[in-house]
This record gives sequence, C-alpha cells and structure tokens, in this order.
Amino acid sequence: MPQLRPLPLLLALVAASLASAWLNLNTGSAHIAVLEALQQVDSLDHQILLELRIPRMSTAFITGALLGIAGALMQVLLRNPLADPYILGVSGGASVAALLAITAGASGMILSGSAFAGALLSTLLVFTLAHGRGNWDSTRLLLTGVVLAAGWGAVISLLLAISPGTQLHGMLFWLMGDLGFSRTPLVGSLVLLFLLPVALAISPSLNLLARGELPAASLGVTVGRLRTTIYVLASLATASAVTQAGNIGFVGLIAPHMLRLLGARDHRLLIPGVALLGGTLLLLADAISRLIIEPRQLPVGVLTALLGVPLFLLLLFRSRQLNNE
Amino acid sequence: MSKPSAALLECRNLDIEIGGTQITRDLNLRIAAGQCWCILGRNGSGKTTLLHTLAGLRPARQGQIFLNGETLSSLGRRQVARQLGILFQMQTDSFPATVLEHVMQGRHPHLHAWQWESASDQTVALAAIKQLGLTDLQTRNIQTLSGGERQRVAIATLLTQQTRLLLLDEPSNHLDLHHRLSLLDELVANCKQAQQSVLMSLHDINLAARVADHALLLLGEGQVAHGPIDEVLTSQQLEMLYGHPLEEFQTAAGRAWLPR
Repeated sequence: MPQLRPLPLLLALVAASLASAWLNLNTGSAHIAVLEALQQVDSLDHQILLELRIPRMSTAFITGALLGIAGALMQVLLRNPLADPYILGVSGGASVAALLAITAGASGMILSGSAFAGALLSTLLVFTLAHGRGNWDSTRLLLTGVVLAAGWGAVISLLLAISPGTQLHGMLFWLMGDLGFSRTPLVGSLVLLFLLPVALAISPSLNLLARGELPAASLGVTVGRLRTTIYVLASLATASAVTQAGNIGFVGLIAPHMLRLLGARDHRLLIPGVALLGGTLLLLADAISRLIIEPRQLPVGVLTALLGVPLFLLLLFRSRQLNNE
Repeated sequence: MSKPSAALLECRNLDIEIGGTQITRDLNLRIAAGQCWCILGRNGSGKTTLLHTLAGLRPARQGQIFLNGETLSSLGRRQVARQLGILFQMQTDSFPATVLEHVMQGRHPHLHAWQWESASDQTVALAAIKQLGLTDLQTRNIQTLSGGERQRVAIATLLTQQTRLLLLDEPSNHLDLHHRLSLLDELVANCKQAQQSVLMSLHDINLAARVADHALLLLGEGQVAHGPIDEVLTSQQLEMLYGHPLEEFQTAAGRAWLPR
C-alpha cells in the first residue's frame, strides 16, 4: 500500500484549497478582475465581491470541510466505510423543518434556524431511541438512524407533493444543496474552529476505534465516552453544514475515502486532510456549477456527485492495482 | 495498596454470568508473575466471557478483581492497557491499514494525547513483527492477509503493547502446526523469562499440557477446577469436562491424550 509523507500531502491540499478558492472567486455571471475590484472601494464589482462572492466562497469551503470531517467521524463511529454525514437522518430532520419553513413562507435566518433545529431534533431522537434501555452498539445506532432517515424521506416526499408549484423550485434546490443564497458563514466558521482541534485531539483514539470497540478498549480507549463525543461532533458539523447550504451529498462520503486511498489512513493526518479536501471539492463543484450552463446555475449537489463519482472510481481502480503489487 | 508480593492478577469471590448461564461462582484465583495458565472448557462454557471479565471489558455480577494489587474497576482504561493486554478470538478489519501501522497502535497506551510514536516505539513494533515472522509483510494491507497471518499480526500488536499480563483467547486459532507450537513455546518462554504471566484459553488439551504450568477448567454451572497442571489435568477430570472417554499416554514429549 502507498506510504505517505504527511507534510507534502497537507501542503498540496492547502495549495489545492487556495487555487480552487481563487477559481471560485473568479467565477460568476459578471466578469470581475478580482484584485482590481478589491481596491476600487466604491465600485459595483467591489460590492459583488464583498457581498456575494466572498461569502459564497467561504460558505462553500467551510461546508465542505465540515462535511468531510463529519463523514470521517461517522465512518469510524459506525465502523462502516459506507457511512456518510447524512446516514443517521440528521439531514432528513433538517430538510423537513426547512421545507415546512419554506411552506410557511419563511426565508433567510428563519429558514436556517428551523433547519438547524430540525437537525438537532433528529440527532436527539436517534440518540435517545438507539440508547434504549441497554447499551448502544453500532448496529442498533445504524438501524435507528437509517429507519428514521427513511421516515424523514417519506415526509419530504409528502411535503413536495402537496406544495404549490411556485415553491417547488426553491424546495428542490434546497434539497439538492444550494450555495446561491450564502451569507458570511459565521456559525459554520465557529463550529469548524471548535471541531477541528477537538477532532484532532481524539484522532489517536479514532484510529483504535476503527479497529472495533473491544480492541479499542483493550488498548486504553474509554469507548463509551469517545462514541458519544464523536456522535455529538459529527451531528453538530452536519447540522451546521446542512443549515448553511442544504443537502450537499457525496463530499462527506468520498473525501475521507479519497485520502485513505492516497495513503492517509492515520486519523491524525486524515482529519485535517479531509477538512481541506472537502472544502476544495465543494469550491470546485460550486465554480463548475456556475460555469456549465452560464448564466444559469446548477444546484451544487449535482456537481459534487458528477465530479466525485469519476474521481473516486479512478482512485479505487488505481488502488486495486497497488494492492495487488 | 500495591505490594511486592501482590499477584499480577487476582480475583476474589468472582461471580460471572452471561445470558442467564453461570460461568463462575465464588471464584478465587491468584496468577503470579512467571506463571502460564490455560483455560479449558466446552463450547459456550464461558472461556471468552471469563477473559473479557478479567480484562475489565465486561462487568462481573459480583466479586473483585485486582490488577497488581489495585482494584481493576478503579483504574482507567489506559492504565489497565499498560499492564494487561488481550488477544481477541476474532479480528475484523473495516478499514485498510498496513501491518506495521496496525502493530504500531499497540504503543497507544504508552503515548500521551498529542504524542506521535517515536523511533523507539517503532523499534519495539519492528521487533515484534520480526519475532512473528512478518517482516516481509510489513507494508501489506491487513485486509489482504490470510487467517494465520492475521492472527500473527494480532499477536505482534499484543507484544508491542509490552504488558506484564497477557490474556489470550484461543491464540492457536488459524495457525498451522509449526506456528502453533513454535510461536506458543517462544511466547511462553519469553514471558517466563521476563516474569510476565499468560492466561490463555485453548481447545487442544495436548497443547495446553505442553505450554502451561497451571490450568483452569470451566466445568459448567459455575463450577471451576484450578491449580497446578499436574493436579488438575487428569484423565478423569478431562473426561468429565468434555463428556468423552480419553486414553492417556506417556510420551517422550510429555503427557498426551487421544479420544477413544
């Protein structure tokens, strides 16, 4: 398997993040010379940059970073490579609450607020139900979450079916993930600033938990406390990501796997790496979503899948060759 | 509370129960430094449950366990892991890792929260890898190993943990004849030399008679026979244990039993 030097990988990821952030800033229906516009304080371009593009760029990066970390955490928590941030129904709860808010005519802060409340409610529900009377194992947690997510899915379909046509477009965009209404991602940034050091601090234990609960406990991990910590962190990250940008799929699933395939299997490297890679992927997807059918825009969630699927399959294909060597 | 004469592992009045089945009742056991114990019992007699309980991974119904003279339940997981290592019966790998990466994680209980493994940690891991004949497989993905290779990786991880007490749940699983004998012989010899103690569950009576100096038989319904191996491992006792007639032989390599 590929061996890896941590520093070059992290530097490459930082460079990729910066490059895609620059590309993202330069993309849009108006053609703007970014550096000049920043200096001309009174110009329209200046205003577009400060009020639209920079908030959108930072929202994209932070959402991607949050989803990447949440995905890596969920995969360890459930010991399941197929887990993504949404697997336990966090996004379903957020979506139902958001659609209800849209139905009621809400937008902006109220829409975000209800999405966040829905995400937390769903998290709490899964946690309480999975706990039950006994201890909670991964299978029970997974089943509870997946079933609840399916329930939310049915409610979402119901809401879509009975909503007036005028609201449907906005609802679909929200469900597929949309960065078009981004504001400065204050809450998301704070969550990321809190999440990253905590996730880094527990990353040696994450390496062990990935081996299983008993092996982890036998090597000195207090498993129950760690699992609760992971669950809270991942849910918080997912809730703030969904609140900021709707259901952007795929980033949380593939970003951790892409890094593992590249050789970053140690969570002390995977956690910071996946934040950068998740952010980069979403910055690129967002830029492309605005370029493909200019001047119209596609929901960014469509692009993350279109971009992610071939990239991921390519890495998987290559790793098969490497493993056989 | 810790005193020099304290046993490495001791339990007093230990009652263990799982799913309504009594495994031990009022068990009093002292495992001293340098001893090698084997646990024998039928399928489902509770060998694994006993090992997990002694490692503090599941609660006992009653009684106390002492590790180096200190109550097990008063110690944190990390403190326990510095003194007690356990080999599990099954190894499942959901995520890829190289053999070296996997074995290195045995150093975890000895590292601080923000500390990376040092060169000396790597030396310990590489020595264990060499001892188990895995040097050529160092960079292989553990998910691609055979059962026997995987079992040796697990044992190497345990040795890397460098604990004074080793609990092994069927260490001979998946191993071929040569590895089974040479590996266990070497493991036990090293342990005795370093004043470590081993407690292992086995299915093979002859292997038990070869490597262990003490035996613990789980006879069912909470009954346990334990003591020096020559006293406990008798044909009569073994026939009762397995419910099968046995023939005992005296051979140049020691005592041996064949089913009749």
